Amino acid sequence: MIEIICSGVGGQGVLVAGMVLADIAMEDGKNVSWYPSYGFEMRGGAANCEVKIGDEDLQSPYCYEPDILLTMSESAIDTFEARLKPGGVLLVNSSLVDPERSYRDDIKVIRVPATDIAHKLGNPRGTNIIMLGSLAGASELYEVDHVRDGMNHYFDKKGKNNPKNTAAFDAGAEAAQAWT
Amino acid sequence: MAKVLMKGNEALAESCLRAGCRFFSGYPITPQTEILEYLCWRMDEVGGDCVQTESELAGVNMLLGAAAGGMRALTTTAGPGFSLKQEGISYLCGSDLPAVIVDVQRIGCALGDIFMGQGDYWQLTRGGGHGDYRTIVLAPESVQESVDLAYGAFDLAEKYRHPVLIATDATIGQMIEPVELPPMTEHDVDTYDWALKPREEGEPQRAVWNRYWDWEDGGRKYPAYCLEKYNAMEREEQRWESVATEDAEIVIVAYGTSARVAKSAIAIARKQGIKLGLIRPITLWPFPKKAFEELEETGKVKAVLDVERNILGQMKDDIILATGNRIPVEFYGTYWDNMNEFKIAEYVKEMLGRY
Repeated sequence: MIEIICSGVGGQGVLVAGMVLADIAMEDGKNVSWYPSYGFEMRGGAANCEVKIGDEDLQSPYCYEPDILLTMSESAIDTFEARLKPGGVLLVNSSLVDPERSYRDDIKVIRVPATDIAHKLGNPRGTNIIMLGSLAGASELYEVDHVRDGMNHYFDKKGKNNPKNTAAFDAGAEAAQAWT
Repeated sequence: MAKVLMKGNEALAESCLRAGCRFFSGYPITPQTEILEYLCWRMDEVGGDCVQTESELAGVNMLLGAAAGGMRALTTTAGPGFSLKQEGISYLCGSDLPAVIVDVQRIGCALGDIFMGQGDYWQLTRGGGHGDYRTIVLAPESVQESVDLAYGAFDLAEKYRHPVLIATDATIGQMIEPVELPPMTEHDVDTYDWALKPREEGEPQRAVWNRYWDWEDGGRKYPAYCLEKYNAMEREEQRWESVATEDAEIVIVAYGTSARVAKSAIAIARKQGIKLGLIRPITLWPFPKKAFEELEETGKVKAVLDVERNILGQMKDDIILATGNRIPVEFYGTYWDNMNEFKIAEYVKEMLGRY
């Protein structure tokens, strides 16, 4: 079983990032649950989703020991870093996080300046896709090509795939691989 | 049919349509609003009517009217909205009308809060309306089970000419999981002779009224009819899932999302050699007493643990009744925090030391 938490602020696309992973899991024939924060917060408020993936019955939909934590804001790290499984992967959007920040020493921290990369690529709303690419590039649980194809398949199914997504995804994957 | 990823609320709504539901009347409230939102556009596609009413009261009373006309009708709500449905539920019961009412449970009294909870067990199983009545209450634990139970709920309601309640919760409603949807069906409003329709010349007047008045003897036989209806539901409709109860020394009783977390707790406890099992009521009423008879046969159970997302342990009384007060019953609840399988397993370990 894999547990992933995607967290950031509303409007950054963290829920969509989690949905792409959930869709890939379903297309792979695995069991999956995706549970979002909901309610008061809108654009700018805290947003997260908890994704569980496995071959077995998943039972509890809540993630208390995530293998991967995809964060897009500093507050998301504050909230969820402590939960990460020892040896787990923490993906940080370093464009929005204090470079002096210290992290747990029993986890793998991958810093990707996703917001800056997104602007450079002329795709400011693609930050989440860049982070998704960095997740695929950093985690041994995923193959980059498989996640890229799955992402494109997910948006194609919805009938609105942004042609810039692939470039954003690859930039994220490369940035993460440069760290590892 | 291939599986699709759907949110619990939307999957439940789609399943009701596929069961032939062509009328929805309701009011937005978190965490239920996606049902209304979904049906606002989807009901048009299948040729039904979706009304966003001015209040929950209007929602349940429009439902009563549609049900009286023979339609498969749905209303859904949460929290304080469910309180406002109670009068209508009493009227549906008094008029012997089938309909489906969904409560996507949240937490707390008054406005309470919009977050996850199992705050309405008492109101669901005892009813908040006036008079002698009970309602079948179906409690799914997943998006797929929401679909499956909603699909069968209209048949069940019509079998007894009685409203059926579905008790999901915020987690199941908001969660997305892969589901397999059942085939689309149409329901003929003239299926049942009790349904109101324009009368022919010379036909007697028909009305939606209390079933007392249907008896020529002035309703003397009504109490026996009524009692047998509820007895039949208790005899025939108890549903539950038992997990690892054969050798269990501690048995958790939990429904909905709490039952899922309890299943994760069983896996943890069993690794530590603790013989933990689960009874998951799928019908909250009739409460699955038969599951506890099976439990008594094993003779191994030292204590039962009621696990619920609320403060007072609303289901505990029913567990005590079902066990005949012969087995100690404890309660483990959370309010602010999501249910946590590690903490449940820890509690069970401590609990075992007491028995």
